[in-house]
Amino acid sequence: MASKFINITLKIWRQKNSNAKGALETYSLNDVSTDSSFLEMLDQLNEQLINEKQSPITFDHDCREGICGMCSLYINGRAHGPDSGNTTCQLHMRKFKDGDTIYVEPWRSRAFPIIKDLMVDRSAFDRIQQAGGFVSVNTSGRTMDANAIPIAKADADKAFQAAACIGCGACVASCKNGSAMLFVGAKVSQYALLPQGKIEATDRVLNMVRQMDEEGFGNCTNTGACEIECPKGISIENIARMNREFLKGALTKS
Amino acid sequence: MSNSVLFKSSIAKKYFMALTGLFLCTFLVGHLLGNLQLIFKTGEEGRRAFNEYAYFMGHNVFIKVLSYVTYIALIIHAVDGIMLTIQNKKARPVKYAYNNPKANSGTASRNMAILGTLILVFLATHMANFWWKAKITEEIPLHSLVKTVDYPVGQNPATGEMITKPIEVTHYLNTNGTYQQFKVKDPSTGQEQKLFDIKNKHEFYDITSGVKIGEGYKDLHTVVMTFFDKNNSSALFGVLFYVISMIVLGYHLWHGFASAFQSLGLNHPLYTPIIKKIGMAFSIVVPFLFAIIPVIIYMNH
Repeated sequence: MASKFINITLKIWRQKNSNAKGALETYSLNDVSTDSSFLEMLDQLNEQLINEKQSPITFDHDCREGICGMCSLYINGRAHGPDSGNTTCQLHMRKFKDGDTIYVEPWRSRAFPIIKDLMVDRSAFDRIQQAGGFVSVNTSGRTMDANAIPIAKADADKAFQAAACIGCGACVASCKNGSAMLFVGAKVSQYALLPQGKIEATDRVLNMVRQMDEEGFGNCTNTGACEIECPKGISIENIARMNREFLKGALTKS
Repeated sequence: MSNSVLFKSSIAKKYFMALTGLFLCTFLVGHLLGNLQLIFKTGEEGRRAFNEYAYFMGHNVFIKVLSYVTYIALIIHAVDGIMLTIQNKKARPVKYAYNNPKANSGTASRNMAILGTLILVFLATHMANFWWKAKITEEIPLHSLVKTVDYPVGQNPATGEMITKPIEVTHYLNTNGTYQQFKVKDPSTGQEQKLFDIKNKHEFYDITSGVKIGEGYKDLHTVVMTFFDKNNSSALFGVLFYVISMIVLGYHLWHGFASAFQSLGLNHPLYTPIIKKIGMAFSIVVPFLFAIIPVIIYMNH
């Protein structure tokens, strides 16, 4: 497919710092290759801004191949843009037409404060992970090989699907309630399904949910928006599993 | 308390929402079965069947306990819903300037709080119209029936035959199942004669001995029929409001029914599609049957 060049108008959220009041600014960008990714388009815009002696737009990015979970962006009313099952770095400008106006906003959540422009602080996810998203292993030199424990194929598959979560926060961003339950559900499930994770299962789910609530995320109302927007296609089945694990944990914790 | 998470955490709030919601679904079915009696039997037979049913619902101990559980479930469902909505609004203090939620979620699922509030408004008017009258003010008249009866007024001295005269007799339906003669009115003289006393709005007492001889049924059937009667100027508005409220209820159930199972952790590739189908059927059939009752009453009058 031959590449084309399009001219677009961008409405981008600019905010100096977490305390400043932000606003949407309008930018015109010409000669954008339809083969470029959305982030490359933003690079092009930043180059233009630097040449005009303006401050470039701050946005998160790292691997640019859809596995690190760093890129975010709420593009035209949807997390990671118009497609499903992709991150923003995997979104290409061929999804847009010449003359389009594109809205770009940061993730909106009380638990994800804006650092600058489009970059948000997602360390709330780190703190949830630290509250229980791990298995304790003796590392004295006699660590058991994880693969020595037989695991049913179906369970291994489900655990792996849950573990595909890259913690990008698209679930929180697209949830009307700003709920983090798909993230926490995936992290709880990935261990709850495996024999190594069962030992600490009760404390894990209780601690992770407690941390999730403390961070100020909203509640799940089962709209299903998160699983549609999740770049890794993580199912809300994981939220149901977390709900089950939580009930079990809350009832049996001594 | 180690189990305080069962009340405080966000997930626990969802359990309560789901459990009370599903309980209220069973209440809907019970209420619907009662209401359907309004259209399946007609005339005095239908009126009697409905009023006897209403009496049973108001006096059976099990039903009474169940009704208090229903009030409590409703309050928990509403209060919990309000608390969850406030928390959810707080979780996103700055709204998106441009949002496209249609792309990833259903309309009903995003508007449960608004739909629930509308249902609460309906419930308030519904209870003011029927429940308040039946339970609190007892404004409801007793189940009565005026029959013209040939009354013996004397004996023909020549033939020995009884001489009768048509007289209007007001009967009250007694909870023992008989129609009890209450008032006798001579149509030629217009004179009325009471045959027993009514105390506490529905208890029958013998005039001379003062002994309780029975109890009357409240005529809730007539209250309902008059409320939706075409000749009643406010009936059309009443019917429309009822039908619209049932559509709102349908939307609420469209998301709520299956959602409750998900909140309780019941998600399974085998059963979830079945639960979703049952939820869809439930959310269409139950509000539809509720809604056609006032429409049929309105059209038949």
